[in-house]
Amino acid sequence: MSAIISTQQLSIAFGGHLAVNQVSTEIHEKSFTSVIGPNGAGKTTFFNLLSGQLNPTEGRVFFRGKDITAHSPTNRSRIGIGRSFQITNVFPNLTVLENVRLAVQSQAKVRYQLFAHFSFYHKFENKARELLKTVLLHEKEASLAVNLAHGEKRKLEIAMLLALETEVLLLDEPTAGMSLEEVPAILEVIKAIKEKGDRTIVLIEHKMDMILDLSDEVMVLFNGELLAKGSPEEMMENETVQSAYLGGLHSENLA
Amino acid sequence: MKKQKWQNSTFIYIGFIVVLAMIPFINDSRSLLFLIMQIFIFGIFAMSYDLLLGFTGIVSFGHAMYFGVGAYSVAVMMDSNEATVMYLILGLSAAVVIASVVSFVAGILTLRLKSHFYAMLTLALAGLFLVAAEKWRSVTAGSDGFIIMIPDILRDHSTMYLLCLSVLALLFFGLRRLTQSPLGKVLIAIRENEQRTESLGYKVVHYKVIASVISGIVASIAGGLYVLTLRFVDTSVFATDVTLDALLMTIIGGVGTLVGPIIGAALIEIAHHWLSDLSDVHWIFERWIILFGTIYILAVIFFPKGIVGTLAEKLGKRRKQRKKEAEQSKKIAS
Repeated sequence: MSAIISTQQLSIAFGGHLAVNQVSTEIHEKSFTSVIGPNGAGKTTFFNLLSGQLNPTEGRVFFRGKDITAHSPTNRSRIGIGRSFQITNVFPNLTVLENVRLAVQSQAKVRYQLFAHFSFYHKFENKARELLKTVLLHEKEASLAVNLAHGEKRKLEIAMLLALETEVLLLDEPTAGMSLEEVPAILEVIKAIKEKGDRTIVLIEHKMDMILDLSDEVMVLFNGELLAKGSPEEMMENETVQSAYLGGLHSENLA
Repeated sequence: MKKQKWQNSTFIYIGFIVVLAMIPFINDSRSLLFLIMQIFIFGIFAMSYDLLLGFTGIVSFGHAMYFGVGAYSVAVMMDSNEATVMYLILGLSAAVVIASVVSFVAGILTLRLKSHFYAMLTLALAGLFLVAAEKWRSVTAGSDGFIIMIPDILRDHSTMYLLCLSVLALLFFGLRRLTQSPLGKVLIAIRENEQRTESLGYKVVHYKVIASVISGIVASIAGGLYVLTLRFVDTSVFATDVTLDALLMTIIGGVGTLVGPIIGAALIEIAHHWLSDLSDVHWIFERWIILFGTIYILAVIFFPKGIVGTLAEKLGKRRKQRKKEAEQSKKIAS
């Protein structure tokens, strides 16, 4: 397995605070990597560096061996890195189907068609319906996005992300702010995407136990540093990881 | 299924157009035809305004400048040459070219910024055009205005009426196709959530500029027709009132629809006509704009979606309820 994304000494400082500190890692193609760590460990910041929302103060990001450190988020999404956000961001007053269709249309590069024929739509709509089926939302296609439950909005967002057909999916806490009953449905969606086996998935998650059986690899971030990386089983047994989660570890101990 | 629905509404619209086309053969009254022509023209103008406001979510305070550009292009072309159909077409083409250049420049200057910059720039530009029209007396004759000759064939007001109607129909179906096209859907997406549209990979600024240019072109055609029906032009075509009328028609009729602005135009033109006639009864009717202000405030408070929007909502709710009832009865039956 070759690395699709790799980072070299990736660091970013906000003032004097090093939010991400010298992280060098590789993410393998078509693998499922989870990024875990306590609050403020720099997980989302790390994601922002990968997707281009933030520029590193030091270090570099590579995509398929190409240096993309200077690429804008739009360009990164066009070459193949798509991400979801912790905060739900959809088109509230459009239907669920239309939300996804817009993403499909963008992926098909139909951008400035003024007087296109309707048969165009059928293709897009069918694809959008398929995606909605993948995320188990096909029964809601006619309702407005604003009327969806929180968990359903997250699913919709995942469908829109899938529509862009990026090779890499960066999922930032897809279960954030969700009621416990809604969580299994989202996990099921993620599992379904994983089973298709054509995407590289990187997932940030707080609820560690939920994603362990899904992950090929787990990265543990703590105080901005990459504390450990390995298979889920290794991470469970790793003592530094355990103490990090139990809160006994401070950054001084790491030096 | 969707295609079916689309065709149905087209038939309804075509039916309306046919009925409207028969009016001059039934009632030949000059004042009636003139009133309806004004409705058509301001309907076109308000539709072009709604493409910006209702579909793309851009506020323009200077839409009158495109109207005025259209009006003066046609008037000056016909005045300085012969009043033939060829010069009329040339004048309209000049109107379209100038309006597209102006709207393009206004668009690229400000549409990458937040919306109120566009509103302010268009307000300033429209003011500039008004002053230019007042000062450039050799061409525009200033605020005195001038009378123009129109091609012989259009002297008959029934022909003129049919011309206005067919332009309205053409632009209506054209704009409807546009708003239902992939590009139109992106415009709506921009109105809904600009940042998200950007992150889907659409270049938002391009779309806004396209909307601005199309809207400008359509508005200039309305202006051109306006001088043809009046056979007179003065600087009032650049006045802020013209923009405000478009805003009013759009909001009262229904933002984000194409029929709405036309209905709004009809209401306001008819009200204007009748209220002005009532000025003998009471002086307040001469200041009908006061009454309009009140109606405007009430409309924004109680019908923020306008006539068409409110109706569509009511119908949609009823349809949903019926569906629910049908489902329930099915459940009971099974």
